[in-house]
Amino acid sequence: MSQILDEDQRIIEFDVRTDEMLVNMGPQHPSTHGVLRLVLRTDGEIVSEMEPHIGYLHRCAEKIGENLTARQWIPYTDRMDYLAAMNMNLGWALTVEKLLRYQVSEKARHLRVLITELNRIASHLVGMGAYGLDLGTFSPFLYAFREREKLLDLFEEVCGARLTYSYITVGGMTADLPPGWLQRCEAFLDQFEPVIREYHTLLTTNAIFVKRTANIGVLSPEMAIDYGCTGPVLRGSGVDIDLRRDGESIYTAMYDGYAFEVAVMKNGHYPRDHEYPAVPRDAVLGDCWHRFFVRMLEVVQSMDLVRQSIDRYSQCKGPLGEPLKLAEKLPAGDAYLETECPKGQMGFYVVSDGTPIPWRVRARSSAFSNLAVSPELCRGCLIADVPAVIGSLDVVMGEIDR
Amino acid sequence: MKGNTMRGTDFVTELEAAIEGAVIGRNLETLDPWLEISPDKLLETCRWLKESCEIRFDGLQCITAIDWLETDPKKAAKVEWEPHTEIVYHLWSTKARASLVLKVKLPRWKDNQPGQLPEVSSVESVWRGADWHEREVFDLSGIQFLGHPDLRRILCPEDWDGYPLRKDYEMPLEYHGMRGR
Repeated sequence: MSQILDEDQRIIEFDVRTDEMLVNMGPQHPSTHGVLRLVLRTDGEIVSEMEPHIGYLHRCAEKIGENLTARQWIPYTDRMDYLAAMNMNLGWALTVEKLLRYQVSEKARHLRVLITELNRIASHLVGMGAYGLDLGTFSPFLYAFREREKLLDLFEEVCGARLTYSYITVGGMTADLPPGWLQRCEAFLDQFEPVIREYHTLLTTNAIFVKRTANIGVLSPEMAIDYGCTGPVLRGSGVDIDLRRDGESIYTAMYDGYAFEVAVMKNGHYPRDHEYPAVPRDAVLGDCWHRFFVRMLEVVQSMDLVRQSIDRYSQCKGPLGEPLKLAEKLPAGDAYLETECPKGQMGFYVVSDGTPIPWRVRARSSAFSNLAVSPELCRGCLIADVPAVIGSLDVVMGEIDR
Repeated sequence: MKGNTMRGTDFVTELEAAIEGAVIGRNLETLDPWLEISPDKLLETCRWLKESCEIRFDGLQCITAIDWLETDPKKAAKVEWEPHTEIVYHLWSTKARASLVLKVKLPRWKDNQPGQLPEVSSVESVWRGADWHEREVFDLSGIQFLGHPDLRRILCPEDWDGYPLRKDYEMPLEYHGMRGR
C-alpha cells in the first residue's frame, strides 16, 4: 500500500481536483466484517477499481493440521467460520469419515441436521444484522442479536461453548443432548417464528434499504460460476444449486427423507413467496437485495428442517454412538468433500499416508471465492455502495484467511 | 466423476482422443476418481473439459499443492515415492452436478535447483476463480503459474520468506523485529 501511495503522492496533494484518487478502507473499518482492507481507485464518488487485501487473520491452519490427528484438528475448524462453527466441524468430520468409509448412527445423523441447521439460523442472523449495520441502520442488528443470544444459550447447554463448539466430531458427537433441551429448542422456534416478520418490516421492505440494495452489485449467474461463488451468493443469482440436495451421497444421506425446497428464484418466483413481502420493482436477480432475501428465506427453511429433525431424533431408539478414537488410523489415500455451509460450499480435503496424522489437509473456503468476485461487482459503483456489496457477500475473514 | 452421471472410461476415451497424451495416469475406482494430466497438456485439457466435453466442468472449486517430501531420513529410506510436488484440481459441473479430480506431478524444484520454483501453466484464462487460488498456492507452496496475470502473495505479507506449506519449511527466527520461534 505504502508503495502505491508514494507513487500517487501528487494526486493526494491536489485532492481538490477530480483526478483519480486512492482510498483505503480498512483493515479496521467497522463495515468490513473483520480485518479486510479494500483499496479503491476512485474518480470523485465513482469507484473505478477495487482491490481486496486479505491475510490479516492468516495462521496457516493447514500446516497445523499436518501436525495433529484428524480429530485434534476439529477445534481449528471452529476458528475458520466462527459464526457457524457447527457447520465447519461437520464438514471436516464428514470428510474424514468419507476417507474412513465410516457411517454414523441414525440418531447422530438427525442430531447433526438439527444442530447445523440451528447454527445456520444463527449465522444468517449475524449476516442480516451486520448487513443493516453496513447500511447505517442499527436496529436490525439488535433485533438479530437478541434472538441469536437465545440460540447461543442453547449451544452452550449442549457443549459448554458459545462460539467455538467442537461438538460434532469424527465419528459422531462429543455428547448427547442434555435433558429437556428439545423442549427448550421447540419453545425457541415457536417464539422465533413471528419475529421473522419484524425483520422483513425492518429491512426487506424498508424503502431506504431497497434503495441501497436493489440493482446494486448485480452478479450474473455465469460470472458467479466462473469465480466459484457458492451458497446464497450463487442462489441469489438464480442458480439452483444446494449441496444438501445436489451434493455427494455421504452428505445428502443426512437429509434423506427431509422435505425442503431450495431457496432460489425459479420462473420469477421464490418458494412459498405468498408468505413473504413481494420482490421490489427495482430489484434485479443477482443484486444485493436478492442475496439478502435468499438468506432470509433460508432462515425459515432451516427452521422447518430443525422441526423435522427434532421429530426424527426423538423417534430414534438406538444409541447415539461414541466418536472415533482421538488417534484413529487413517487409511492411505485422499478424500475431498464439500458441504453446504451458511456462507457457501465449504470444502475439506484430506490426504493420508496411512498414519493417524494426515499428510496434508486443505480447507477450501467459500467466502474466499465469494470475495474474489467483489472487484467485478464494485467496478463503476459509488463509494457508499462498496459496503453494501461486501456486506451482501456475507464474508467472514477467519474463514478466508484460515 | 461421481453420481448418476458417471460414464467412467467413455469419458476418458473421449478426452484421450481429443488431446493426445494428456492422460498419463488414472484411478477411476477410488473415492474421488482422478486423472493424472501431463503438465504440458494441462491448459489444453482444462479448456476442453470446460468448453468441449459433454459434461461441462464450468466450476473450479479448489487447487491444492501437496509436497511429497519425507524430512525424516529414517522414514525417507522406506517410502516408495521420489520427492515431488502434486497439484490437485477439483472441478465441478453445474449442469451434471458431477465432480472430477485432476492431478499434475511436478518436481519440487525446477531442474532440481533449490530455489527455482517448479512451473505449470495457469488456468486463470479458463476459470476466473483460479486467480486467487493460484495466488494462494504460489504463496504457501511455491509453485510458479505461467501466464497468471498477477502472481504475488495473497495471505502472507509480500516480503515473507519461504513457502510455509512445504515440508522442509522453517519458520523465520524473526520478522521485522518480531520473534518467530
